[in-house]
This record gives sequence, structure tokens and C-alpha cells, in this order.
Amino acid sequence: MSGNTLLSVEDVTVDLPTPRGNLRAVDRVNLTVGAGQTLGIVGESGCGKTMLSRAILQLLPKKAKLSGRVMFDGQDLFQLPAERLRRLRGRSLAVVFQDPMTSLNPVLTIGTQLIETLQEHLELDDATASRRSVELLTAVGIPAPEQRLGQYPHQLSGGMRQRVAIAIALSCEPKLLIADEPTTALDVTIQAQILDLLAREQRRRHMAMIIITHDLGVVAGRTDDVAVMYAGRVVERAPTPALFKKMRMPYTEALLAALPKLDAAPHTPLPAISGRPPDPTRPLQGCSFSPRCRYAAARCKNEKPALTEAESREHQYACFYPIEVHAEAGA
Amino acid sequence: MLLFVARRLLYLIPVLIAVSLLTFFIASLLPGDLAYVILGDQATPENVAALRRDMGLDQPIWIRYFGWLGNILQGDFGRSFRTGQTVLQAVTERLPVSFELMILAEVMGLVIGVPLAIVCAARSGGAFDRFMTGSAFAMLSVPAFLSAILLIYLFAVELRWLPATGYVPLAEDPVANLRFMVLPALTLALAEWPGIMRVLRSDMIATLQEDYIALAKAKGLKASRILFVHALKPSSLTLITITGINIGRLIGGAVIVETIFALPGIGRLLVGAIYTRDLIILQGVVLLVAAGFVIMNFIVDLLYAVLDPRIRHGHA
Amino acid sequence: MATLELTLDEDATAQPAKRGRRLGLLFWMAVGWMIFMFAVAILAPVLPLPSPTDMDMLERRAPISAEHWLGTDGLGRDELSRLIYGARISLVVGICASVIGLIIGGALGMLAGYFRGRFETMVVGSMDVLLAFPPLILALAVTAFLGQSIFYLTCILGVLSVPAFMRVARAATLTLARREFVIAAQALGATHARILLRELLPNVMLPLLAFFLLGIAVLIVVEGALSFLGLGVPPPISSWGSMIGEGRESLEIAPRLAFFPAIAMFLTVLSFNLIGDALRALTDPRQGAL
Repeated sequence: MSGNTLLSVEDVTVDLPTPRGNLRAVDRVNLTVGAGQTLGIVGESGCGKTMLSRAILQLLPKKAKLSGRVMFDGQDLFQLPAERLRRLRGRSLAVVFQDPMTSLNPVLTIGTQLIETLQEHLELDDATASRRSVELLTAVGIPAPEQRLGQYPHQLSGGMRQRVAIAIALSCEPKLLIADEPTTALDVTIQAQILDLLAREQRRRHMAMIIITHDLGVVAGRTDDVAVMYAGRVVERAPTPALFKKMRMPYTEALLAALPKLDAAPHTPLPAISGRPPDPTRPLQGCSFSPRCRYAAARCKNEKPALTEAESREHQYACFYPIEVHAEAGA
Repeated sequence: MLLFVARRLLYLIPVLIAVSLLTFFIASLLPGDLAYVILGDQATPENVAALRRDMGLDQPIWIRYFGWLGNILQGDFGRSFRTGQTVLQAVTERLPVSFELMILAEVMGLVIGVPLAIVCAARSGGAFDRFMTGSAFAMLSVPAFLSAILLIYLFAVELRWLPATGYVPLAEDPVANLRFMVLPALTLALAEWPGIMRVLRSDMIATLQEDYIALAKAKGLKASRILFVHALKPSSLTLITITGINIGRLIGGAVIVETIFALPGIGRLLVGAIYTRDLIILQGVVLLVAAGFVIMNFIVDLLYAVLDPRIRHGHA
Repeated sequence: MATLELTLDEDATAQPAKRGRRLGLLFWMAVGWMIFMFAVAILAPVLPLPSPTDMDMLERRAPISAEHWLGTDGLGRDELSRLIYGARISLVVGICASVIGLIIGGALGMLAGYFRGRFETMVVGSMDVLLAFPPLILALAVTAFLGQSIFYLTCILGVLSVPAFMRVARAATLTLARREFVIAAQALGATHARILLRELLPNVMLPLLAFFLLGIAVLIVVEGALSFLGLGVPPPISSWGSMIGEGRESLEIAPRLAFFPAIAMFLTVLSFNLIGDALRALTDPRQGAL
């Protein structure tokens, strides 16, 4: 990672009290994002990736207990006074949520929702703000932007709404954009367009970006680094090319295997990951993935592997029997 | 939107017809012949028979109903046999008083209920929220005539700040008018705010869980803007319905409050007509009030559509 | 996304639990007041009370004393005794009227929810018409035509409460009629009557009973309002409402004459509301969360 770190997540843990007991949604996660860099966070639903993003944005439910530290642009977000945090959000720290059907306010026009962000942070007069809004809508590829300003979200298609959400996120030229499953709720044909749009705008604006997804294919060509999460923890972390060249954590391998391949013969069954993620209110003593892992041994059940820099300084994973080592042992 | 209005209008017609039927038959089928009531002490059989003929009471009930309905459609609701005033005159004379009372009451109820609901929703589960939710629940058990007695005792008898009874038209002296109106309107408002607060509070709590509220926070908007612009409008749909239902309660409450505070409104007209057994006025007023109530509910339905663009564009 | 759902679930389940704990003490206080009220009202004739109708013109508006625990009213009648006999009237009218509403509305609602079709449209439509009249206005109009009597008053209030009971019963029946145990009974060839009485009624009864208590509270208030206006129970019978109405005349000299029945009515209505609401929260956890 390059020298100027924009965001560093240090030992962040999120606990949610539930009727069934404490739920550790995020477990001592460490991550960094450099200025202008892209980080992909990958994992199944329920692995804590959304909770992590909400923790960074300080949007957790009131009852959630947080520990650790999130340094953004030299400030500790957890310690920041509410007013300073408010000025930061939307201005230099922006977000795109998963479902554009629910993330835009149904009773306010597109224009209102765009302009209010601009005016909140940039002190623009009405004319300038609406001119900027039109520019932004044009930039995210929305036709007839002037008319859109007066329309309500339900008058737009899902893909168009996500473009609007992106325009809102980009409106104040943020330093970091967090895209939380930005394409999951969209048609497959739209997904690539939205991802390309995000990548293009990121390059143009030199902003850093975190893409959260359950789809390794999404992060493959579009990110500098990848972190794989499982049961609240980061289990493998590497520069994207290194990870795809040599993945060490069995879970990452299983995730990749679960992707449909174009070159596979027709009717090949997809190798789904068997079993389900562990109940997060009942933490396992050993590796959380061990009940589903093909390579699990006795040690995996009793001891939790730490995220270590075993491969190189940049490639870390949490596994006692990483894939290559295991293969050698088997040979 | 036009289609929506047309559909709702079409539904109004059978309801209004049924309302007129019910009003007419309650008045006609029940014991106590109108002729006896009118003649009172002078009710000899000959007099009664003659009056019945004059009024058409000897005709079959269906014919009388259609005759009555026909007159109404021409704007003739009948004439009081006690005061000689027509129903329409009597009603239009008193309508402004009742309207002013109900509007003031609803405004006061909203002024108390809405801010409380917002504060409680923003800090739901906190001490203030629990206290106010409890108070609202208790207030739901205080009928209007109870709070009227309390308010009169407090502000008119003990403190002597406001008059207990009386009325001055708004056009004559607005300040004096308001002095007479404050207590009656407050009485009704005290019965209104708990419902307003409870409904809006629970809707707001639900809305505040929405993704678009999270996004509004992530956009760095001020808390006041999030609450009042982003959360209040989508949360007010049920409130509007409740306001529609409340109109019925408000009309009933107005009857009581006008009687207690001696305001010359529709409610007093109605109660007076009952005391003097002025059946024509009674029949006309009940019909007008019920029709007005039905139409008010229709307007509330339309308001719904204005508030929620999804209904307006036929997405609901 | 899954994590988001999780937080919502948690919020939904956390609230009723808190509510239940908070209502605990109040709930039992309400039950206590209710038992006390009913005991006193039922035992009124055997309690050592002066007659509620005997006037003593020498002791008008007498203050609180050993002889008259709550003083006397404007006609020298014992206030405590009137309060207790008034409770009998208010409770009897409120409960009987709710029973009428419960039986007619419950039956109509169940039949409409079970048979659906034209019958349902008819029932719902006629209820809409009944609801088009502001309830107090309808009650006033009918008493005006019929004349004042406790029997008529109870009937009118009962009819007025039919639409509300109908809605509750119909909603409950609609959801239940699609459940497996009903479909199973139908498949086994059970008659409609048997399904309605043996399968549906026991399940519809619970929400109806919770609503029954709330209905009593509302009807006690409506009866009170009518009597307050002097258009409810005919004199010399007095209910709490007519006592408050009479007390209003002497608000300057003896406010207690209005306040005692007012407090009694408030506590009773509040108790019915508290118990009814707690029961409703039990039978319908989703609504209880609100």
C-alpha cells in the first residue's frame, strides 16, 4: 500500500445485543485504504461486511457496541464530535447503498435529494446547485437530466435510481466512496454498467473506494486490494492480482469455485459451499470456517488461526493449513 | 389522479344514498307521530288527521322518502315548525362557529402532538419518550366533558383568566372571539393529541429505520432536516387517516363542548332540537352532518394521494 | 443486507419485552381497581349506604363528614352512595352494550370473513354506512326519537359498536381461514357450522375479548357524554355522566361534586384500556410493538 493512507480500520469490533445473546458482527478487523486506491471486501451475506461499512460511516444501530479505531484523513471517526462528523459525511466520506429502491426517499424529488447535499456542504446558491445537479446526472449517464430533477424515485428504473444514488454520493467530490453491494439489487445487464461507471468516476476524481460485494468476480478487475471476510473476521487479504494468482485460504477458494464459469461445460453443477455460516451469537472455539472446510483438521476445531503475514508483507491469511501447504503435505 | 378521484367519487354516491335512507327511516319509523309532536296539547284526533294530510304523512313511506329526497336535491331541507327557520338557514348561521372550533382544536392538537411525536421518535425508549407515551395513554381515557370541567374549573373558576361560557362572532371582535374559543378548542385538542402523537410516533420510529434515512445521515444532513423533511412526510400517511377518523370524534366532541361552553354552533343546534323535539331540524342536521362527514373522509383520501406521489401516479 | 435484517428483527422483538415489563405493575393496579369497582357495584344493596335517591334539603352540598363520607349533592343526596349506584349504571350499560356489539359484530365478522363473496361485500358496505354517522350524533338522534330509557340507550350503543367488532372479527377470521387446521377440517368434510364454532371461534375469541374491554371503555365514555348532556339515562337514575353534568352547575361552590365521579370514570376507563391494551399486545405481538 502506498505511503499516504486515507482510511485505516484498527481492531474494529462490533457487538450487537440480541434476545438470543451477544452477536459479534465484526471481530477485530484491520484494514487500510490508500488515497485513490480501491479495496474490495468480499464475503457471504451475514459475514459482517455491511456492519463494518456502517461502523466506518458511524451508522450503526444505537444499541451496537463498538470498539477499536477508524482513522480517516487523520481523524478518529469514533471520537469525532457529532457536528464535525456530520460535516465529514457526504462531503469527504460518501456512500452508495445496496438497494436504490429503498435508499432514495420516495416522497422527495431527485432534485431535492441532490441539491440538499450540495447546499449542505458547499454553500451554493439555488441556481448553481441545480446546474451542478444537472452536470452530475449527466456524468452518471442519465438522459434528460433537467427533467429528472423534478421526478420522484419511483418514476425511474432501478438502474437509473442507482445512478442517481451515485450522483448524490459523488456530488461533493468525496475522498472516499463506500459502495455497499452497489449492484446486488440490479438486473445482471445493468450491473456491469454501474460498476464501470463507478470505476470511471473513481479514476476521474482520484477518490478512494471500498466496494463491498459477495461476488469475487466483481472485485477481480476493479480493485487494488481484496479483503475476504468470514463470520465477522478478515480471513485473507492481498493485492488483487496476488490473491487471484495464489489464494491460500480455503474459504476464498470455495468462494471462487462458487462462481459460474463461462468455459465450463453446459449443465456442470456449481460447487456451492456446503453448510451454513456459523451462528454469530455462538462463537466457535476454533476456526469459524472449519465446519465447512474440506481441509479442516483437529487443530482447526480447537484453535483460532490469526491473520498472519505468512505469504508476504502484503498477503495475509488466517489458516493453519493454507491450500498450497496442504497440497504439499498431501503429495 | 383523475381516475383515482373519479373512482372515489363513484363510491360516495351509494354511501350518501344509504345515509339519507337511514336518516329518514330512523326519523319516520320510530314511535311518536310528528303531528302529535307539533300539535302538543292541542292534539285532537281531527287536528292530527288534518295536519297529517297537510304534511303528507298519510302517504306511504316510500313516496314520502322520495318527496323528501327530491326536496333536498333542490336545496330544500325543510323548515322548523318551532322557529320557522329553514334547516339550511339554521345550519349556515351556525356552521362558521363549529368550523372555527374544530379547526382551532385540530390545529392545537397537531401543535401539541406532532412535535412531541417527533421528539419521542428521535429518542425512542428514552425517559422522555416513556413518560409522554404513558401520558398519552392516560389522556386517551379522559373524555372531552371531563377535560372541559377541569379546564373551566382551572381557568374560569380558580384563575379567572378566561370566560367559561359565551360567544362573540369572529368578525365582530377577533380578540374577544378567541378568548371565548380557547377553552372549548383546548378541550377538544386535549382529546386529539394523544392519538396524533401515538400514531405519528410509531410511524416515525418505523421510518427512521429506513435505508433512505441512513443515507440522509450519510449525506451529512442536519438532524432537524432529516427529521422534518426526510422522515416527517413519509410518516404522516397514517396520521392523515387518523385525522379523518378523528373528524367523527371531533364532531361528537363539538356537540358536547358547544353545549358546555354555550357556543352557538351546529352541536348546540342539534342538542337544542332534541330538547324541543324539533324533528325537522334534527333530521336535516343529522343528514347534513353525516353527509359532511362522508365528504370529509373523501377529502382525506385525496390528501393521501397528494402526500404520497406513489399513489398519485397509480403505483399503489 | 442480512445484517440489516438482523437489526430490524432485534428492534421489533426488544420493544414488546420492555413494554411488558413496564406495564406489569400498572396492569395489576388496573385489575385491582376493576375488582374493587365491581365488588362495590355488585354489593351496593347490602353495603351500609344511605339511599342514593333520598333527598335532604337541610343538608344540601354538605361537606365531607362521618355521616356523608363524600358529602352530599345539590339535593342533599349522599354523594358516595350515588357514586356507587352510578357505577352500577355506567358499568351495566357499558358492558351490556359491548356484549351486543360483540355478539352481533363478532358473528357478522366471522361469517363475512369465512364465506366471503357477496355476503361480505354487503356486510362491509352496510357497516361503512353506519360509520358514516359520527357515533355521538347517531346516538343523540336515536335517543331523541325513541325517548330516554336505559334499555334503548344500551341497544343504541350496542349497535354503534357493531362495526368495530365486525372489523376485528373479520380480520382475524380472514387470516385464520387460510390456515392449515381449517383447510384440514374442510378436507375431512366438517360442516361449515362445525368449522366456524369449533375451529374458528376459539381463535377469534381472544382478539375479540381484548377488543371487548377497549369497547367497554369507549362505551362508558359515550354513555357518560349522553348522560352528561341530560340525554342518556332518564332521571332520577343517575350515572357518572349525569352526576358530572349536575356537578358542573356547582363548580364554583362545590367542585368535588363534579370531580369525584370524574375521577371514578377516569380510573375505570383507564383500567379497561390498560387491561384491554395489554391483552391485545399478548394476542397480537406485532401491534403490541407499536
